[in-house]
Amino acid sequence: MGMFSELWKGLQVTGGTMLRTIFGGSELVTTQFPKETRQKPQRFHGRHVLNRYPDGMEKCIGCELCAGACPADCIHVRGADNNPDNPTSPGERYGYIYEINMLRCIFCGLCVEACPTEAITMTHLFEMSTTNRQDAIYTRKELLMDPSGHVPHMFPDETIGDLAELESADGWMRATAPSGVAAYEGVKMWRDTPGARTWDPEPGQDEADRATGAGEEDDG
Amino acid sequence: MTWAEFWIVLLRVVLTFGLLMVLTIINVWLERKLLADMQSRIGPNRAGPFGILQTVADGLKLFFKESITPRKVELGMYVLAPFLAVIPAFLIFMMVPWGAPFTIGDQEVTLQGADLNIGLLFILAMSSMAVYAVVLAGWSSGSKYPLIGGVRATAQAISYEAALGLSMVAVVMFTATQGDGGTLSLSEIVNRQAGTWGDVIPALEPILRFVPRWNIFPQIVAFVIFFIAIVAETNRAPFDLVEAEQEIVGGFHTEYSGVRFAMFFLAEYVNIFSMSAIAATLFLGGWNGPTFDGVVPGLVSAILPTVYFLLKTYVIVFLFFWIRATLPRLRYDQLMTLGWKRLIPGALGWLVLSTFVIAFRQFGLPWS
Repeated sequence: MGMFSELWKGLQVTGGTMLRTIFGGSELVTTQFPKETRQKPQRFHGRHVLNRYPDGMEKCIGCELCAGACPADCIHVRGADNNPDNPTSPGERYGYIYEINMLRCIFCGLCVEACPTEAITMTHLFEMSTTNRQDAIYTRKELLMDPSGHVPHMFPDETIGDLAELESADGWMRATAPSGVAAYEGVKMWRDTPGARTWDPEPGQDEADRATGAGEEDDG
Repeated sequence: MTWAEFWIVLLRVVLTFGLLMVLTIINVWLERKLLADMQSRIGPNRAGPFGILQTVADGLKLFFKESITPRKVELGMYVLAPFLAVIPAFLIFMMVPWGAPFTIGDQEVTLQGADLNIGLLFILAMSSMAVYAVVLAGWSSGSKYPLIGGVRATAQAISYEAALGLSMVAVVMFTATQGDGGTLSLSEIVNRQAGTWGDVIPALEPILRFVPRWNIFPQIVAFVIFFIAIVAETNRAPFDLVEAEQEIVGGFHTEYSGVRFAMFFLAEYVNIFSMSAIAATLFLGGWNGPTFDGVVPGLVSAILPTVYFLLKTYVIVFLFFWIRATLPRLRYDQLMTLGWKRLIPGALGWLVLSTFVIAFRQFGLPWS
């Protein structure tokens, strides 16, 4: 009766899990999503944000490299000359049109890598559903953080997520070496943004690999 | 028929129907919750306490949805099929006695939709009718995936109904030896399972006095075959080739939506419960059990048989859910192999064996 002993083995697994779930002791793999949210990975690719320098200047210089790098062609940027008396960004030009079509965006992060001034980074916010295609096109108004470092949300009243997640705006930048230098231990490779959001340099990839023993095998 | 008889018939039919509806609504929730527990998930917990009203919410949603009719359907059959699924499902449970009979005034009330003397035949007939619903739904949808589901339903039903019937025959033959002549009435089959095996076999009385006189003990092989066959008969995992979401979208109900889909869904869960109830009736003694007359208040001992019946039924229902969470779907050829090469020969062999045993006990050895 091999069939029945195999069946019994399988039933033990499901039955055991059921008892552990009902009487505690087994960790649930799901959460009560809108009520509880999960800690997202540091390099989570959420919605974009346009950063500023701590003095309030915009980081974006309107170079359109992000638009060129975008594989989904979802970024539309047009630069304009700065007013010399009252410049918007430290360079010659600034992005006076900046639009991302979130319906086309594949959240690959190539725009973040392409940006020479770390102007565009990704937040941890992912609840972006709309009932209208027009609302899915984020413009400067939605993307640009205000001088205090607060990132606007398209639907601040309707959001079911954690608005505080928008504040960790340059999480992606913190977790990578923007210049492409692998050994950047102790070197602060990015420029600060306004608000209290300044972080110490992270350990580099080499040290992290030594600590966990990872890095040898290619985990794709 | 007097008015009193009329009201009692009406009352017991309405009671049976209401019990079935309420328990089906709970069963859908229970299955989702238990599956969630078996997969370390939370499961439905929003609508009502513990999410128990989730089915009501889903049902209401389906009732307000549009019932889309695709262009190429055979309209008459397409509309009729959901009803063909629901009606036999409810009629099957009408045969099952779900509590001890009691008397109001001079009228005896059996807690059973109808006590037909051909109850088991009626059940087999109705469960065969339910197959027509699936086949006709698959055919009339005018679409390839429902058609494949419908064709699978025919082959599956034919293979497993034979085993189902044969395992029932073994029980019926055994029951005939347990009382005055053979019977197909479910209430009589339940009555003949009252007491313990100690009453029947006095030699082993000290041991067997605690073993209830259920058919499962002498007919364990028939029970296993019966259970496998009813899982296949209700199109549940691992025999849900008729629906097979991963292969043929939704199978026979691919083209159904709104309230018509709700009917198929309702029929499936009603079938699970009524088939489990039949298994409990045939093999686990139905509502039999110690009622503790005189020890506990009269009302409690009046309700206890129904409680026993539900407990036994839910053991089987839980087995349905447990197996669904455990086993992957059988391949089509495996389904056929299991049906024709294992279950039917197994059921036939068991039938012959139990016939010989019955004949030996009744007439002795043929040469003596």
